[in-house]
Amino acid sequence: MTDKTWAYEDFEVGKVIDLPPRTVDAAEMVEFAAEFDPQPMHLDEEAGKASILGGLAASGLFTAGIFMRMMCDAYLLDSSSQGSPGVDMLNFRKPLLAGDTLTGRTTVLSRRVSSSRPGLGFVSVRHELFNQHGELVCEMTNTGMFLLRNPGAAA
Amino acid sequence: MSLDQRLAIGETIVLGSHTFGAEEIKAFAAKFDPQRFHLDEEAAKASVFGRLCASGWHTISTWMKYNAAAMPAIIERSRAFGEAIEFGPAAGIRDLKWLKPVYVGDTITFTRKALGHRPLASRPGWRMVTMENEALAPDGTVVMRFSTMVLMKTG
Repeated sequence: MTDKTWAYEDFEVGKVIDLPPRTVDAAEMVEFAAEFDPQPMHLDEEAGKASILGGLAASGLFTAGIFMRMMCDAYLLDSSSQGSPGVDMLNFRKPLLAGDTLTGRTTVLSRRVSSSRPGLGFVSVRHELFNQHGELVCEMTNTGMFLLRNPGAAA
Repeated sequence: MSLDQRLAIGETIVLGSHTFGAEEIKAFAAKFDPQRFHLDEEAAKASVFGRLCASGWHTISTWMKYNAAAMPAIIERSRAFGEAIEFGPAAGIRDLKWLKPVYVGDTITFTRKALGHRPLASRPGWRMVTMENEALAPDGTVVMRFSTMVLMKTG
């Protein structure tokens, strides 16, 4: 049972959920890099320009974190989420540069109810994140676990 | 063999150990993954996890923190077998599995192992190196495992 807007039943196969725009600034990119990924191309404009990323570019894990936050704000926080067992694929296709504005979407690929825990379901999704030029920055497929709104009903 | 040696192919490198504190778990979650089981002890008790646990993105970001700290030693090691390698950005992550929750107070050891490499036709002198990375509990239980594809300059 859940009082959230999004339960397992709401993630119909083929459904597309938009992730609202999010602009990233240099300060938050550098703050993350200083703690978790202090490579010069993530810390310094000049080093970024000299690298194959072509500018002050986010750590891939910062990009993943922003991605996660966008999903949280779009639907996960108002869902019956029980976490995720993992990520099948995450590709960094274009650098995320300071000042970029990201938008994204989540597409439901498949789902099934757990055989061992009937009140829980697995939802497999594909996520895409684009910059303001419409370029694909990052793509990811993963599985989320969600409580059913009506355990026992045909889902 | 020299290139394999420079890239430490097949060698498990222990990157370091980290004890996850409640405050850092909450601080990371507040920014990137504000699901309640990562923010609030009481909410975590009521969740499938039973106790406050780190966002999986916090765990993998902390792996990166120790990986980055180990880079100078890995570069220095490569020099013993010829020209020093240079780290570039990651192209992607595969089969990221959060096998067990990382709870407050858990001490986790991080490792990496380069498995293989291939030349990049588009970037002479650079190779794509595939690595398998792990996070282990003190009893050796793997709590997180994932593969990465990282660009490395080998000359």
